[in-house]
Amino acid sequence: MTRLSLAVCAAAALVIACGGGSQNQQQTSAPAATPAPVAAAVDAATAATVTGKVKFEGTPPAPQPIKLSSDPYCQKANPGLTTETEVVSADGAVGNVFVYVKDGLGGRTFPTPAQPVVLDQKGCHYAPHVLGIQVGQPLQIVNSDDTLHNVHGLPMVNKEFNQGQPIQGMKMTHTFSTKEVMVPFKCDVHGWMNAWIGVLDHPYYAVTSTDGSFSLKGLPPGTYTIEAWHEKLGTQTQTVTVAGKESKDVQFTFKG
Amino acid sequence: MLPAFAALVAASTALLIFAGGLVTSTGSGLSVPDWPNTYGWFMWAFPISKMVGGIFYEHLHRLIASTVGFLIVVLTVWLWKAEPRAWVRKLGYVALAAVITQGVLGGITVLWYLPDAISIAHASLAQIVFCLTSTIALVTSRRWIRDSGVNDRTLQRISMATTAVIYAQIVVGATMRHTGAGLAIPDFPFAFGHVIPPVWDAKIAIHFAHRVGALTVAVLILATTGHVFFHHGRRRELRNPAILLLALLTMQITLGALTVLSQKHFIINSLHVVNGALVLVTSLVLTLRAHRVRFAEFAANSGSAIGFAERNAAYVPRGANA
Repeated sequence: MTRLSLAVCAAAALVIACGGGSQNQQQTSAPAATPAPVAAAVDAATAATVTGKVKFEGTPPAPQPIKLSSDPYCQKANPGLTTETEVVSADGAVGNVFVYVKDGLGGRTFPTPAQPVVLDQKGCHYAPHVLGIQVGQPLQIVNSDDTLHNVHGLPMVNKEFNQGQPIQGMKMTHTFSTKEVMVPFKCDVHGWMNAWIGVLDHPYYAVTSTDGSFSLKGLPPGTYTIEAWHEKLGTQTQTVTVAGKESKDVQFTFKG
Repeated sequence: MLPAFAALVAASTALLIFAGGLVTSTGSGLSVPDWPNTYGWFMWAFPISKMVGGIFYEHLHRLIASTVGFLIVVLTVWLWKAEPRAWVRKLGYVALAAVITQGVLGGITVLWYLPDAISIAHASLAQIVFCLTSTIALVTSRRWIRDSGVNDRTLQRISMATTAVIYAQIVVGATMRHTGAGLAIPDFPFAFGHVIPPVWDAKIAIHFAHRVGALTVAVLILATTGHVFFHHGRRRELRNPAILLLALLTMQITLGALTVLSQKHFIINSLHVVNGALVLVTSLVLTLRAHRVRFAEFAANSGSAIGFAERNAAYVPRGANA
């Protein structure tokens, strides 16, 4: 090989290496191959509902301001950003609590939704902070920021992954192969950014809004263990029995 | 020129260890998910404006590491061309192999999401690279060539034991850092208010082992330096590193305490890492100087012409007009 051809090869390699990624890059981490179970439809005519609220007793922890000086974009885009762990209203309602059916569905299987759940990186934080998804359902992770993020999922059961999103508008799709409550997400570029995802094999989950309320609809009649999970306050469980078309109210109270 | 360049390489290795300490201390190890590229860019083409948050520390560490790697390549070639002692040339080859392995370990640990074993190996090999570059800087220096050394078996044994224990202590420290045990015992100088921790788990055990290791190192350094001051107080080549060793030990214990009390402030934590490396290398220098006379014997017995030259301070670099 002549010196000229070597130089051409080196230049080509440099051009390829300097690309920095494509804006429309999409990556899918395929789940483990499992045979699709036959889903049994829940009879809507007899479906029950469990609703409720999550409250906090004690002095509510206050959200703390986040120092954003390590990235000028974040400082400009979201100067008032605070920690999202402590979402407790004045009347003690707790937001960002993942409430789900932990046990009681037996061997029922449920169809996997094709519609993706979106996790956005916007204003240098994850939106939403806590969310739920079903096994096999696509999770679309978007970078709406004009700065670099890395999407680092740290599951214990599913496979860990770490994907860079250096360009605004980049999207990637990820699916989970196994149920897992909860899967933490973090951005190592911006140490304050974290999110939690509950992965279930059924659709009976909810995340409490700022008023602490949740609703689990379309449940088949039966006896269920309902768990409320909070990233700092821990977990609480309650057993509830619902008959056909019945609606029951469940209260969870965390103490500080 | 070669001794000065070797010293520059050793100093740049210390800087690299500090930069590596910053990466771990700021939790930035995975802020650049790809390797050897950075977010798809060729490493040296990555825009400075994009070095934000954790990327700043991780990418800077990679840039310094590449530079140090290049400097060690130059040093190895230089030794190969100009160094008359075969064992010193071999040191260059070993340093080059070590720094290449170190780079690969750094890449693997990123691609495999910082497995403890790889990260600890990466941290431990960094100290070996620093020891190798420092040894090359020492044995190519004019003072090394000129000095005759002392034949004190006690000093040779105690200084070697001290250096070995310091290295073991650094490996335990790396294990503590990479297993997240740095604050497993949250108070200092006591452990949960007691001399011996009243509760135990794996992290507390690792943390406590590091504290016991610090005590052991301190005793050994005091013994070594005490021996130097008592028996060889007039020999500058032994007295100076002994004084420096005591100063660095004091600083290291202070930084260790402040690391715990400051809840692992990233600057203090990183200074503790690099100062630990300086303690190791200073002890190594003292050990090598204590063994100086044996190096001359080794060279003579191995049939190298430089053996005679070393013993008689008549060192002539390769290619120089004697």
